[in-house]
Amino acid sequence: MLKVRSALPHKTLTCLAALMLAGTASASNTLYVESWRSDDANIWSDTIIPAFNKHYPDIKLQFAPTPPTDYNSALQAKLQAGSAGDIITCRPFDASLQLFKSGYLESLNGLEGLNDFSDVAKSAWVTDDGSEQFCLPMASVIHGFIYNKEIFEELNLSVPNTQKEFFDTLATIKSESRYTPLDMGTADQWEAATMGFQNIGPNFWKGETGRKGLIDGSAKLTDQPYVDTWKELAKWKPYLGRGFEAQKYSDSQNLFTLGRAAIYPAGSWDIQTFNNQADFEFGAFKPPVLKEGDTCYISDHTDIGIGINAASKNKEAAKIFLNWMASAEFGALFANAVPGFFPLSNHTIAIKDPVAKEFISWRSQCESTIRNSYQILSRGTPNLENQLWNVSAQVINGTMTPEEAASETQKGLEQWYAPQQ
Amino acid sequence: MSSSIQPEEKKPFPWHLIVFLGPGLLIYVTFSVYPLLDTLILSLYQEQSGESYFVGLENFVTLVTDENWSSAFWNALSNNFQFFAFHMLLQNPIGLILAVLLSSPKLRLAGTYRTLIFMPTMLSVVIIGFVWQLILSPIWGISEEFLYNIGLGQFFDAWLGKEGSALVTLSFISVWQFVGIPMMLIYATLLNIPDDIIDASTVDGANAFQTFLYIKLPLILPTIAMVSILTFVANFNAFELIYAVKGALAGPNFSTDLLGTFFYRTFFGFQLQQGSSTMGAAVATLMFLIILVGVMLFLFFVQRRIQRFQF
Amino acid sequence: MRLTQSFLSNISVRNVSKSTTVHAVLLAYTVIALFPILIVIVNSFKDRKGIFRDPLALPTSDTFSMVGFEQVLLRSDFGLFAWNSIIVTVLAVGLVLLLGAMAAWALTEYRFRTNLLITFLFAMGIMIPIRLGTVSILRLMVELNLVNTLTSLVLVYIAQGLPLAVYILSEFVRTIPKELVEAARCDAVSEYRIFFSIILPLLKPAMATVAVFTMIPIWNDLWFPLILAPSEETRTITLGVQQFVGQYVTNWTSVLAALTMAIVPVLILYTIFSRQLIRGLTSGAVK
Repeated sequence: MLKVRSALPHKTLTCLAALMLAGTASASNTLYVESWRSDDANIWSDTIIPAFNKHYPDIKLQFAPTPPTDYNSALQAKLQAGSAGDIITCRPFDASLQLFKSGYLESLNGLEGLNDFSDVAKSAWVTDDGSEQFCLPMASVIHGFIYNKEIFEELNLSVPNTQKEFFDTLATIKSESRYTPLDMGTADQWEAATMGFQNIGPNFWKGETGRKGLIDGSAKLTDQPYVDTWKELAKWKPYLGRGFEAQKYSDSQNLFTLGRAAIYPAGSWDIQTFNNQADFEFGAFKPPVLKEGDTCYISDHTDIGIGINAASKNKEAAKIFLNWMASAEFGALFANAVPGFFPLSNHTIAIKDPVAKEFISWRSQCESTIRNSYQILSRGTPNLENQLWNVSAQVINGTMTPEEAASETQKGLEQWYAPQQ
Repeated sequence: MSSSIQPEEKKPFPWHLIVFLGPGLLIYVTFSVYPLLDTLILSLYQEQSGESYFVGLENFVTLVTDENWSSAFWNALSNNFQFFAFHMLLQNPIGLILAVLLSSPKLRLAGTYRTLIFMPTMLSVVIIGFVWQLILSPIWGISEEFLYNIGLGQFFDAWLGKEGSALVTLSFISVWQFVGIPMMLIYATLLNIPDDIIDASTVDGANAFQTFLYIKLPLILPTIAMVSILTFVANFNAFELIYAVKGALAGPNFSTDLLGTFFYRTFFGFQLQQGSSTMGAAVATLMFLIILVGVMLFLFFVQRRIQRFQF
Repeated sequence: MRLTQSFLSNISVRNVSKSTTVHAVLLAYTVIALFPILIVIVNSFKDRKGIFRDPLALPTSDTFSMVGFEQVLLRSDFGLFAWNSIIVTVLAVGLVLLLGAMAAWALTEYRFRTNLLITFLFAMGIMIPIRLGTVSILRLMVELNLVNTLTSLVLVYIAQGLPLAVYILSEFVRTIPKELVEAARCDAVSEYRIFFSIILPLLKPAMATVAVFTMIPIWNDLWFPLILAPSEETRTITLGVQQFVGQYVTNWTSVLAALTMAIVPVLILYTIFSRQLIRGLTSGAVK
């Protein structure tokens, strides 16, 4: 009778039933780790989890990453519905603070492991009044420039220290070779803000001074340091690759690792990718200062924390795991397995990768700060971070002047942020 | 209607109605109607520190009047209309032409053409987005080399990255992917036109074009109308391609922002921007209303005229 | 076919040149449609340098490499992902067709009080993307203990596909001559038999159309697999590819191999299905 044949073969049905069982019968003493670091999946399964299980064989761990672009929305949906994992990888500042305020993250007050971190490291994951800590700091990332050593040797270039030297270097590469001098695109927009604006900016706005000034209202985005940052960015345009407006982040990475570009505005996390793919030597230099002898400022951004789902049924096991993550053992494992993610704990950790070592050495030479849009300032509408992406990309594209960028973002801030009104 | 079944006619309880309608309706109501209603109702609320309270139409007022929201909303709406116009001007006519050609009598390999041309429609945007970025990328030079070879090298540009051309380029990609759908639907209708009608017109001395214009076209108009509605609904729900190629911020400078990406940013948040389920629900409700009004207008003005041509 | 026979006597020189033009246009468009897909497939058999140096070239002995495929097979379970996608798609499409046809028949054939309301309810579904209800859907699935099962996907996809199926099938049901059904009723044939042995066979061509429409978004969906069933065992191929591409975005040999492996099952599925679609379109068509 039934004419819709072929739709439901028996084998399919039995298989489906089996899969359903497999899905629902998940072991209850396994800790699921939510993360956006899908790149690290192999490191977790091959290095971190086995090391942890040596000490605590009874606690099973499962690393369950979501692609970075989907992480926030997918995590929020899962937390709301109650299907999120036990361990939550925390974005810094407000994204996680919001989760804590909504009751999705467990308070970590009293967790032993927290004693191994400085207040600065912890500041990305505490409530505004400092009373509740909701994530354990895990790693920071540092901005700078990565360069192709072979090209520098070929063209007889040395590492630039000042902004003038920086542009002289770019000009030399442009006139004397066919390499792309500066390897960045604006298609994905975030590089313009993160690898551009937040990379070179701290030298202009004097790191923490400028960042805190924006928060307490004593500085404005229309002030000279910020306008100058965008002016500096606008000068990048002639040295970017052809068609950089459509160049994606992965294009930039490929262009560099194929040896076709000389200087790459970087986040330290790129080291790992470049180690795997570049067959030439590369080095790093910090954002150039205005003139020789000036204090240098770097963006040493608290990027990853780790917290516990308030609805987890395995909180005790989760706390054991977090305490272990605060140990020197984990710090050394992680920092060396994922070069470019720097430990935030007080333990002294030896970093082996030469380029990562270069990056972290700036901590002792320069003043550290974090990205200026992350704390408090991106809470309202319009969202400052989104605006920075948009205007920084436009400044580099040449479709907006530095002054316009400054006044647009300042106007946005004034609409909702009382200290700026 | 002799087939009508009504309780007052003292017929036995219509169990077959339950059997026919029940399972589908149950699944549909549980997993679509209820969640959607839940969302729509949310648009009348606001949430502050975990507490939600009723605010009436305030979210909608904010959305269309508050500069922070309205400029993004109107921009997305206008982009969406361009996106739709592009599909109507390009996708459906190309689909029609292909269908007509495919249905020409004694065409060899028709099945092969049809299968191959339909192929892009079957692929996911993950694939489509990646391959078109690869092809159009100024860095890897595929399209630049191609244009250069046919003597049009100077027209090459980073189309996907320029404010003026990004949306058009994305529309082209979308048309490329989905042209198979109008083609298939119109083709199916063309095949179902009785042979004797066409025979008669040929015998009357009509050439192929006249046969198409006077015989076939009126017969496929209802299908074209249906295709147009489907295009409208699909375009105003479009999200995936933009998201895959340009990300949720739909750059440069929001020039590729559609209602779908605007909704996504609002509802789920983006980077440091917190998602607002209530504002998101308001955007969703507006999208729904726009589509509803569009479809109603369409049915009222277009479909009614077309009916007259039907047999 | 029948057209072919009826026109067989009419072959002329003009027809030949006309058919050449038709072939030229169709061939040209076929190239446009396939070119990007071929680029992916061809380059997936090349090494990294080969891809970037000349993306349009065929693999030579110098650039030929299967390393991308090796990496993909080593690092992810593509066979399982493809199998998951096939189960979900086939079950969901099959059920959408069956339930959709029954609902379309009930709504167009029988008059009852809530008929208009239900028709309207289904029509609404065409217009609102079900994605808007994600949070409620997920909450529901958690309560039903269906998270990380393929069942949750099948259920959502049925709900997603039904409105359009009901709409298209209702249009077709209206074209079925009333006499057919009336005659059967006079012979006291049960309503079930009328539907299953008279109506359903007549709906075949429309169902082929619906199947295509329903299948594409289900197979390609990224969102619900991500939210409802992201676990390793239940991952669908689209999600698997997306995550693989996300993870190895700069490793184009692997990415292109992964994309190629995602394209192949679709082509197979479609080729099988295409034949059925055409059979449905040409035979038993309602005239």
